[in-house]
Amino acid sequence: MSRETLIDLLYLFSATTFIVALKGLGSPKHARRGNMVAAFGMLVAIVATFFKYVDGHALHHVWLILLAMFIGVIIAVPTARFVKMTAMPQLVAIFNGVGGGAASLVSITEFIHIRSNHPATYVILEVLLGVLIGTVSFAGSAVAFLKLQELMTGRPVTYPGQQLINGLVGVAALSLIVTILVTASTPLLWILLALAFVLGVIFVLPIGGADVPVLISLLNAFTGLAVAASGFTLGSNLLIVAGTLVGASGILLTRLMSKAMGRSLSNVLFSAFGSVVTASGATTRDDGRSVRSGTPEDAAILLGFSSRVVIIPGYGLAVAQGQHVLRELADLLESKGIEVFYAIHPVAGRMPGHMNVLLAEANVPYEQLLELDESNSELATADVALVVGANDTVNPAAVDDPSSPIYGMPIIHADLAENVIFLKRSMRPGFAGIENDLLYNPKTTLVFGDAKDTLTKMVAAVKAN
Amino acid sequence: MHNVLIQYATVLILTAFVGTEIIAKVPSILHTPLMSGSNAIHGVILVGSMLILGGATTNLQEVLGFLAVILATLNVVGGFVVTDRMLEMFKPRAPKVKETPTDEVAP
Repeated sequence: MSRETLIDLLYLFSATTFIVALKGLGSPKHARRGNMVAAFGMLVAIVATFFKYVDGHALHHVWLILLAMFIGVIIAVPTARFVKMTAMPQLVAIFNGVGGGAASLVSITEFIHIRSNHPATYVILEVLLGVLIGTVSFAGSAVAFLKLQELMTGRPVTYPGQQLINGLVGVAALSLIVTILVTASTPLLWILLALAFVLGVIFVLPIGGADVPVLISLLNAFTGLAVAASGFTLGSNLLIVAGTLVGASGILLTRLMSKAMGRSLSNVLFSAFGSVVTASGATTRDDGRSVRSGTPEDAAILLGFSSRVVIIPGYGLAVAQGQHVLRELADLLESKGIEVFYAIHPVAGRMPGHMNVLLAEANVPYEQLLELDESNSELATADVALVVGANDTVNPAAVDDPSSPIYGMPIIHADLAENVIFLKRSMRPGFAGIENDLLYNPKTTLVFGDAKDTLTKMVAAVKAN
Repeated sequence: MHNVLIQYATVLILTAFVGTEIIAKVPSILHTPLMSGSNAIHGVILVGSMLILGGATTNLQEVLGFLAVILATLNVVGGFVVTDRMLEMFKPRAPKVKETPTDEVAP
């Protein structure tokens, strides 16, 4: 067997491990092992690559490659090990961005390398797509990181004529691609690179904090597709398989997330959602209904007399760092023979599934974490729905009020339970900036205050009873 | 020459369908690890970056290739490490003494 055949077989093995890993993610039991299998497959591919021939000779610059890898490892390992789980979306955005950047660099360098051989038009097209998509992903992820890390505002950034300007930049990039296809000009490639960077930035600017789960999924898909495009250029099935898998996963998650928000993808990307706040934040409505508030002790008594409790956590819980106290409260209730579940909305948190990770970190067993549909059937028989740090995801306006901006979003029906306890910092509205009718529901008891403090008081009160 | 293109397109399309089928079965509680895990997988661009740097013949190519290897290594290593850390946290309910034993006892 020739050297090249052996290396290709090892690449085939790696591609298979990637599929095995994704299959492992079908259940929490096998997920971790699957990830390790993929990591091993990746290692095999990397080691095999050291023995590959490029243009008929062994790899140059082996020490330079090892040095670059060493630099990458010493930055990546501590970052990945010590990042807080609340900061996970930022980290995923960075790793996604650097992947897109690498794909873009690979495509550019390959273009410079092969240009003198007068490559076919389709080869140039692959290169240009790799550069365009990879760079948009890199720049877009960088802006998403800045938003998530709160180094810039999380609200949508808008300016006059935004959609027109963005559209013009997009058209300019496309016409540049056509020109390069004809001329194979390297200087124009650098201009395309700059333009793609601008496109990535202005594409992400109008997208608000609450829509970031959709955005991150989409950028993930972009990087996957950029890697697949590089795979075409380099003639590597491994890159094509891996890139396409990620592209498919990103597109699927993007669709799931927009569906969970009840909005179309174009609405999420282009409408600058959340830039207008319509709610008044008053405790009395125009029709005379007012909210009923109670103390943490009242809430504890209500919980103590129930037999089924469904907790509805939102990102506000993580902001208040209340996950651990919440788990303590749930454990305490369980020790009294009360059934406890957590109802998780798909868009709770800042990336798909984020809330589940935050609760898993607080040692909540995964059997207690319910998806949207299961949540609503559990709530129908629950005595108490405990809403902590969530708001828009339990807003009945999504069902009853066709004029509401969140109309059509699937929600967790907290009002199906006998009683609702709503922990809230203030009457301020949630991310969508709209009023929540659930607060005025006669079933609802509001407990004002910081979620962590309130939960701590509730734990003490349950213990005392 | 065009046969190669068709072969790559075949791989792409089949993978897209297989990938969609598998990923649709990932439960929503694992969507964050799915995202960071697939993130790590697209770090396979490291293989491409190594070939670029290993085949570099000019200074410009060396610089770009060197940067690409650093970025791709960050992507691969960071992606796998953080996914492992996350998945380690997903634990089943601790077996209780009174309750009937389940078949999911950890080894």
